[in-house]
Amino acid sequence: MAERPAAGEPRARGQAGLSNGPGRLILALYGVFAVGATSRAVYQLSTQFDEAPLAYVLSALAAVVYVFITAALARGGETARRLALVCITAELVGVLAIGTWTEVQPSEFPDQTVWSDYGRGYLFLPVILPVIGLWWLRRQPARERPGAPSPE
Amino acid sequence: MFLPLTIAVAVTALALAAWCGYAAVKDQSTKDWHFAGMAVVTLLAMAQVVVGLVQLGRGEDPDEGTAVFVAYLLAAAFAVPAVGLLSLTERSRWGSATVAAGGFVLAVLQVRLHDIWAGTGG
Repeated sequence: MAERPAAGEPRARGQAGLSNGPGRLILALYGVFAVGATSRAVYQLSTQFDEAPLAYVLSALAAVVYVFITAALARGGETARRLALVCITAELVGVLAIGTWTEVQPSEFPDQTVWSDYGRGYLFLPVILPVIGLWWLRRQPARERPGAPSPE
Repeated sequence: MFLPLTIAVAVTALALAAWCGYAAVKDQSTKDWHFAGMAVVTLLAMAQVVVGLVQLGRGEDPDEGTAVFVAYLLAAAFAVPAVGLLSLTERSRWGSATVAAGGFVLAVLQVRLHDIWAGTGG
């Protein structure tokens, strides 16, 4: 992976830097998970809630987190960057906690969630994406704004 | 009719992913020819929506239910146009990488569509 945006094209340091360069690919992948997890949660909660309530509620929670991250990345700006940092951290904690939970006590989960077994059903992307996402957000400079504290 | 289309979409989507992935590796943005390729894949996916809906209309029943089947059909049709738009405003290798990811996702969707339609028995 390249450390900085492709050379050769001058890139405006605009407000929406979160979805420029590598951020575009990250945004697309989060978009896929937002759409996928949301439709899955809506379907499961509306048709078969009683079969695995815990798994489906956790799926819905994951869906909300993915939607927030996608929206924040698309919108850009410092507030969105902070919101995305919080949500992606929650995502990482969630996938690690639920991944471990499903390993230790599979009986609690008669059906899969997006985060079961650390996202094995999704090529482990649920555990890889937040790491890449955090890396990406950390190397975004805090946007200069009048009155905003400058980064250390 | 549905299975050949599923295979056609999956193969062309993987080809698109490889082609745009190659452009990304060579540090190139998506060009007109890439967009022509995206159009071909999208047309096939839209034909798949029509054929799928016609088969539903004839009373055939997807193994995993109509709602899931239609949701996947529509997602498959919108996958490539969505990444195409994203790459239009990202004129770097990362625009190409985004289309490559979209093509790969579409191929995975085709595998799922086949399972949903025919059932896997597992």
